[in-house]
Formats: sequence, C-alpha cells, structure tokens
Amino acid sequence: MKKVINPLLVVAVLALIPYVGVEYAGLDYVFGVVIPYAAAAVLALGLLFRMLDWLRRPVPFNITSTCGQGQSLDWIRQDKIESPSRRWHAAVRVLSEVLLFRSLFRNNKAEFRKGPDIVYGSHKWLWLAGLVFHWSLLVIVVRHARFFLATLPGPVAFLEHADSFLDVTVPALYMTDAIVLTAVSYLVIRRIVDARVRIISLQTDFFPLFLIIGIVLAGISMRYMTRVDIMPVKALATGLAEFSLDAPGEIGALFYVHLFLVCSLAVYFPFSKLVHMGGIFISPTRTMLNNSRAKRHVNPWNAPVKFRTYREYEDEYREKMKKAGIPVEKQ
Amino acid sequence: MSKYLPKKEDLVRQIEEQPGPLKGDFADREWWEMPFEFREGNFCFPAKPEVVEELGFSNPRKWTPTDEDWKLPSGWEKTLLDGMRERLKKYRSLKLYLDICVRCGACADKCHFFLGTGDPKNMPVLRAELVRSIYRNDLPMFRRVLRGFAGARPLTLNVLKELYMYFYQCTECRRCSVFCPMGIDTAEITMMIRELLQLIGVNNNWILAPVANCNRTGNHLGIEPHMFVQNIESLVDDIEELTGVSVEPTFNRKGAEILFITPSGDVFGDPGVYTMMGYLMLFHHIGLDYTISTYASEGGNFGFFTSNDMMKKLNAKMYHEAERLGVKWILGGECGHMWRVVHQYMNTMNGPADFLEEPVSPVTGTKFGNAAATKMVHIAEFTADLIHHDKLRLDPKRNDHLRTTFHDSCNAARGMGMFEEPRYILNKVCNSFHEMDENTIREQTFCCGSGSGINAEEYMEMRMKGGFPRANAVRKVREKHKVDSLVTICAIDRATLTPLMRYWNPGVSVYGLHELVGNALVMDGEKKRTEDLREDPIKGFEDDGEDDET
Repeated sequence: MKKVINPLLVVAVLALIPYVGVEYAGLDYVFGVVIPYAAAAVLALGLLFRMLDWLRRPVPFNITSTCGQGQSLDWIRQDKIESPSRRWHAAVRVLSEVLLFRSLFRNNKAEFRKGPDIVYGSHKWLWLAGLVFHWSLLVIVVRHARFFLATLPGPVAFLEHADSFLDVTVPALYMTDAIVLTAVSYLVIRRIVDARVRIISLQTDFFPLFLIIGIVLAGISMRYMTRVDIMPVKALATGLAEFSLDAPGEIGALFYVHLFLVCSLAVYFPFSKLVHMGGIFISPTRTMLNNSRAKRHVNPWNAPVKFRTYREYEDEYREKMKKAGIPVEKQ
Repeated sequence: MSKYLPKKEDLVRQIEEQPGPLKGDFADREWWEMPFEFREGNFCFPAKPEVVEELGFSNPRKWTPTDEDWKLPSGWEKTLLDGMRERLKKYRSLKLYLDICVRCGACADKCHFFLGTGDPKNMPVLRAELVRSIYRNDLPMFRRVLRGFAGARPLTLNVLKELYMYFYQCTECRRCSVFCPMGIDTAEITMMIRELLQLIGVNNNWILAPVANCNRTGNHLGIEPHMFVQNIESLVDDIEELTGVSVEPTFNRKGAEILFITPSGDVFGDPGVYTMMGYLMLFHHIGLDYTISTYASEGGNFGFFTSNDMMKKLNAKMYHEAERLGVKWILGGECGHMWRVVHQYMNTMNGPADFLEEPVSPVTGTKFGNAAATKMVHIAEFTADLIHHDKLRLDPKRNDHLRTTFHDSCNAARGMGMFEEPRYILNKVCNSFHEMDENTIREQTFCCGSGSGINAEEYMEMRMKGGFPRANAVRKVREKHKVDSLVTICAIDRATLTPLMRYWNPGVSVYGLHELVGNALVMDGEKKRTEDLREDPIKGFEDDGEDDET
C-alpha cells in the first residue's frame, strides 16, 4: 500500500504548507501572487519545452497504426479515419482521440476460464470514466474564467449556466463537481481493486489523482460549505490576469490551500505523465497517413548502408548459376 | 513432437494453475520484485559466434541465457545507455512513447503473450516500463527521488536479463497500439531494445542466422541459386502433373515487365510451396511477363527484427535487382512482416525508385495509385483487381472440401490496412468462409505467437502459449461452423500456425490464400482436376467410377 499512502501523504503535506504559511506566517502575498505567477510560468514554459523537445526529434519512418481498410483499389471502401490517406482524415482521427477517446472506446476485457478458454466482454467503463473526468475538468477550468474576467464571454456564461442547471443546492450545484468526484473515485478505486491495474500503478499514478481530489474538495467546500467571501478572490484573480502585483485582501486559508494545490499541479504537469495532454496530438501512429507506398516519406538521417550487390553475389555463384541455366552478367 | 514442448495436458494445467493478474493474483506485489527465470523452452538460442562475426556485430562468443555469466563486454551498461540516448534523438516515437504513457491499463489484456502466459511483465505497459524504469533513472539530479516515486531503477545485469527475456516475448504485432488511447506502439520500443542488445552481443540465432544467409545467398534459408531454381522447377512439375498445364517461370531475366518477390518459405517450406504453386499457375494463366530473382529471392526481412541498418541492408536488394533487370515494377507475394517493411519502410530507406514505373496491371490496365511511389504491389491487390474485372475463370466448388476461416496477419492488418482484398478473393474462390470472433480479427487480430523471428523449435513452449488466443478463436469458429482450414496471407503464419493448430486444434490445416486461388483457377488447356494442390481429393470431383466420399 506504500504506493497509495505515500502520494496521499505528499498531497496532505502540500495542503498543509499554504495553511500554515497563511494562517501562522502571514505569507498571503507569497501564496497569492508569487507562487501563482511562478507556477503559471513553469506550466507554460514547461509544456512549450516538452512539445518542442519532442517536435525537434525526427520521425524517420511512417509508422501509422492502420486500424481500418487502407486506400487501395477504387471499388474497395477505405476507412478514412482509421487508415487515413489525407491530412484531414488524420486530423479527424487525432481529434476524435483527443475529444472522444476513440481508441479507448474499443476497449474490451479478456477473461480467462477453465478449458482453457478466453472470452472477451465489452468494457466501456474506463472509457466513460476517463472521458467524463477529462471533460468535467475542462468545463471546471473554463468556468473559472468568471473569477478572472470582468465580463464573461457568452460561451463561458452559457457553459456555467448549463453546468448549474440542476439548481438543487444553494448556491446552485455544478454538475461537473459531482461528476468529476465520481469519475476520479472510480479511477482511484480501479487502481487499487483491479489486480491488473494495481500491479502497473506507480506512486506517480496515484499522486495526480489525489492532488486533483484535494483541489476539487477544497473548491467544493469553499463554495458549498465555508462560503468564502468571493469579492477578494475575484479581485485577486482579475489582478493576476492583468499581471498586477497588488497584495491580496483577506480571503482565508482554505482558498490558499486550493490555489496552492492547483499551483503544485501546474508545476508537476510538464514533468510527469500528465504531458500526455500535449503528446496525444503528435503521436505518430495516429497522426501519420497510411500513404507510405503512394508518397515517399523522408527520413532526415537516412544514410547509405553497404549491402551485398548483385555483382558480389554473381562472383560467388557464377559457375553454379551457369550450370543451372540462370543468365549471368559476366561469362 | 518437439522435446521442448510439454504435453498438451501439462501445458493446459500450467496455464490454468499459474497465478496471474488476469486471475486477480499478485495484488500485493510490485512488478520489479517479481522473479523470472530462464529455463529450457523459454528462450531462443543465442547466435552462434561465426554468425555474429559474419554480420560484423559485436561480442561473438558461445553463451546461453541460463549461464550466470553472459560474458558481456566491459562497460556494457554505458554502451546500452549511450545507445538509448542516441536513439531517443533519432526517433520521436521512442521518446514520446516512453514519456506519455499514463498506465491506464487498456493494453494490459490485449497482448497474446500476456493472455497465454499470465506473466504481468507481458502486459504491454509493463514491457515498456522495463525500459522506462531505466530511462527515468537517467536523470542524475532526481535519481534518488525518482527511484521510489516514479519507479526508476539502475541498469543491472538482472535488468538486462529481464529485457532479453521480455523483448523476445513481444512479436511486434502492434495489437496493443490499436487500443492505446495515446497510440503508443510497443513494437517501436521492442525494435529499439532488440537493436540495443545487438550492441553487446545479446542476440538470437533464429534471427541472425537467416539474416546472414539472406545477406550471402539472397534468402533466409541459405538456398544457393541453382537449388532455388531446381526447387521451383519441381513445383512446376507438380503443377503439370495435377493440371496438365506446363507453367514456365523465368529466373533473373532482363527486360521482364515485373519482378516477383515472395518469402523463400514459399519456395521450400510446407505448406508454403502450395501457395507458390498458386502464384505460378495464376501468372501463367494470365500470361504475365514476370521473372523471379535468385539474388533478391527473399521477401521477408529478419533484419527488421535486428536493427534498422540490417533491415535496410537486406531490403536494398529488391530495388537493386529491379534496376539491374530493368523491370517496370515489383509484385510481392503473401507475407506479413515483409509487407510492413515494404509498405512503411522500403521507399524511405532505399528509395526513391525513379528507375521503376507506376505499377499498372498489364491485364486490366488498373493503375495501382496506392503504390505509385514505392512501385511494389501486393499480390492480393493484384489478384482482387483481376477477379473484379472478371479476368479469371474460377470454380469455387473445387474448394468445397475446405471449410475456411481467415487469419489476418498482424503486419498486413495493422501495418498496412489490408482487410478487404484477401476476403474478397477468398469469397470468390471458396464457398465456405466463416469469420472468427470480432475481437480476434481485422485490426484486433491475434498474432500467431511466433512472429518477429521467434519461430524457433527450442521456443515451442512459449510459442504455443503466445499462440493460444489465436488458436482459441479458431477452436470456437470450428465448433460453430465446422471450419477445418485456416487461410492466411503470411509465410510465417503458414510455418507457425501449422504446429499451433496441430497442438491446440488437431484437424485444422493452414492454407495460403493463393493456394486456394490455384485450386479454383480454371486454366486454359487443363485436364480434369480431381485433387487439390496438396493432392487431396476434391469433393465432387473424384475420378469417374469412384463415388465414395471419404
């Protein structure tokens, strides 16, 4: 259980740091202004660095994973998405991976039975939990814009309105808050309960999940329970958005816990598996076209290799070839 | 039966009783604590010193994986790590696929070797973690922190042994890459690790011996030119005996329109030779102006399982010979990994082939636009086009003694996207064709368990385990539809599915697609056929006076 407890402890410590810092040391400015700017910078520059670091490395060969019929004879129907031959096919393919988790949707579950026998069952839970988890996070991030902007753009206002349309609590419950907690719980529980996923899980797999749970819990309790005064929060956020260096007003430690955990996530992001957010856009098996016989793909480091030429071959076997009636170059 | 193969009952018991995460075991273990052991039957013999020398690879010596001391060159750790750094710079795929795995587990139960062995390190994610753990350790600043937190570990002899074991239990079939939400392709990682291990002489004789043969004689089996011709001529005789038609292939003939290249297994191996007969009959029937080369007499490329340079070196002969003979384009026979190389690598490595022309079928006039640059056409595309244009007279009843199913070869499926052409042909040449379970065909097809150069005799036990998911799917379609014939478009499949079927599904035979084409093809001037190419009687075509059906 070390791999579950350790990251949990790390998150707990991370949550305590701002609490102590603000409550006892009065470091509001550090946690409210300095760290957020630093974290945002690390996130932006780190992600940029990671992307450029990947992109500067060549893709020597065309390694498309063809998951459908490739372009072939005219009368054979091509699966344009799973075996793309044009750029827009591949764009749809990659976007459907990013937006809909297309490959994960194929997921099935193999079960071993006496016989021996293997049976395959449909298993869409991981896809469903993963998808709603990521989408909820996105919605949550986007609707935080209301803290940073003086006037909300239409789509964001709509999103916020839609997210809270159930209106069952005061203030209105955001559905995504409930959904993200459910989904993230599933993702944690399966890592503990399912033997397969458990053995592959590392501390680094639990850590971001716990961190996100911490962030969400702090956020939820601010909104629905402790009711943090929103005016100074908004003042701080709009200030940050305008690169102001003003000191924050009186907000309360819980807010700083929330903010600091977000900053931790931002700093952790570029240097962990979370960079899959960028990597998924450039995964060669999905981005490349299955047209490698129609159009030559160029390998920038392709260098000549010495191979055994026909002449060398004939020199060794000429007599045998002549005897067998095989034409030769040199009699 | 091989001395390396346990009795079926014993293997079944072993498979059913061995613990595994598939059955909920090992829940309290960390994967790096799990022991592994080399024993007879679970490794391929290392390459013989003379083979390693001939190829110019490093550290030729006599050794075996069960030895305590692998006689590695001093500083082998540095060689490997430097080699890895170099390849991380050369391949975005490697770097990206070591970086972005989220360990979601979707790939876990997709690997045939995991399903057959239950060994957690055969889950594609853990196979890659074997490497990622070393890769993460390569950041000196964070080494101490990462070791516990991110599963990093130093490269030790034991880790090396683990790499050798598990990267030869991956057949580069890419099934996991289909399910991975990030598109991570374990084959990319396996190829790199195998290439790295060559640097310190940790290798496989079943791969390197054919590579050396292919380099010298032109084909994996080491057949010299006169023997190569002789063997095809004996197939010509067989064809004449069966059909009364005399087909006349030519060899190394300059000025032919088309160069035909197929795996040498089709020339020498049973049941590959029957597929070869099918090709020869087809080409004769349509009057194709083609020639076969004894120099480029190998379609397959075990260099692909060795290193990038070796793959390129062996593949270079195809274009070299096509240019020398002055053909217009190249036609390729049925093979899996050959076509991965031809489709996705050849033109990049050894092209552009400007001396060739865009392939056009001389019979139908169809332009093969999908092969416009590489100028090499797959025989299934070629034949499907012939049938579609009604250029062949086919009598599918001549395959009525076979009830078929189709095995998609990993590389033709996931490295080429060839699904419909072989099915179209199969449906035209036989009357009984039934698909296996949808989770086991097309892009989800299971490997034969012996691909990527591990079809060695001494590896039989592992091969039967790795091939079990495929065999299991065949068993089911057999129970449902009485299928007795497994049709493939891959030479390695023909060689490896045969023992796999004999072991798990006795009574199921393995056929090449063009063998069935040969059976069904009504040739000009042929005599009445009573037997198929294997000289098995055809139902309803027996000799007059003999009506009993056996």
